[in-house]
Amino acid sequence: MDSGFLIDLVLAAGVLILAWLSLVATNLFKAIVLFISLGLLVTVVWVRLGAVDVAIAEAAIGAGLTGALLLAAWRRLWSQRRPVRDASGGDNVS
Amino acid sequence: MFHKLDGAKLPLGLRLICSAAIAALTAVLIAIVILSGPAAPGLQAEVAAQLARSGVDNPVTAVLLNFRSYDTLLEVAVLLVVAVATMPAPGRRLRPALAPTGDMVLIGLIDLVVPVVVVVGAYLLWVGAYAPGGAFQAGALLAGAGVLVSITGRFQFSFGALPARAILALGLLTFTVTAAAVALQTGVFFQYPTAAAGVLILFIEAAATISIAATLVLLYGSLVPPAREQESGP
Repeated sequence: MDSGFLIDLVLAAGVLILAWLSLVATNLFKAIVLFISLGLLVTVVWVRLGAVDVAIAEAAIGAGLTGALLLAAWRRLWSQRRPVRDASGGDNVS
Repeated sequence: MFHKLDGAKLPLGLRLICSAAIAALTAVLIAIVILSGPAAPGLQAEVAAQLARSGVDNPVTAVLLNFRSYDTLLEVAVLLVVAVATMPAPGRRLRPALAPTGDMVLIGLIDLVVPVVVVVGAYLLWVGAYAPGGAFQAGALLAGAGVLVSITGRFQFSFGALPARAILALGLLTFTVTAAAVALQTGVFFQYPTAAAGVLILFIEAAATISIAATLVLLYGSLVPPAREQESGP
């Protein structure tokens, strides 16, 4: 078993596990962070597959900008819920 | 609204049936992929044979901007539709999106990082002719710089303004006009003259990069809540 195959195996398992975790996470912020991590890992997968063009796009759009958009949307949800549940503290968008 | 989703659990039998159906479908798809033999060679040989006429040395860019440029034109058009859908109403004064931050570390970091990102974006655009890179990657990188600048609150992009709308439309406009202009010479829409193809592709990609970056920054800006609501944000 050569090292390349081992790396691919770990990457494939990691992608599946991260995808599963980001789907089942009940906390929105946790799900977003897991999704960004998934994007970064998928970038490495694209490099392993020899598709460097797609890897650059995935890193910039999939992991970077989508993450920023999701976090901005999350913050917007948070600020809209804030007046309703002021007493219970902030981090309840889950 | 998210709590309801968490609480709603399907009955056990239904969940088992769904899991079994999904597992069976996945197994069938994997079996089909394995049993269908080696992948078809695709059009790599044709692209390699015609690469010299495309004006660029990178097969990906050759396909995206020359052989299949119609697809890319429509992608740029889709981005413009997205931009129009999220654009603030014309003439409406935007409230400041974020209160200016006093975070000196963030400001210092952005002063260092943003010029580098702009240079790397331009490099990605230029290198797309020879190696992996191109308009979408460069545009996304520039948009990242734009998002970084806008989170300090020191600058604000007001996309309701006329020049901003011109920037959003620049990519599609340049793409279409170039395609029509080369048709005057070669007779076919999007058939670049071979000698000028490289320059034309770089020209189109430069315009598309600016529009893509502006569209993505606009998307981010449309999600940021107004300043008064998040003075004590997370």
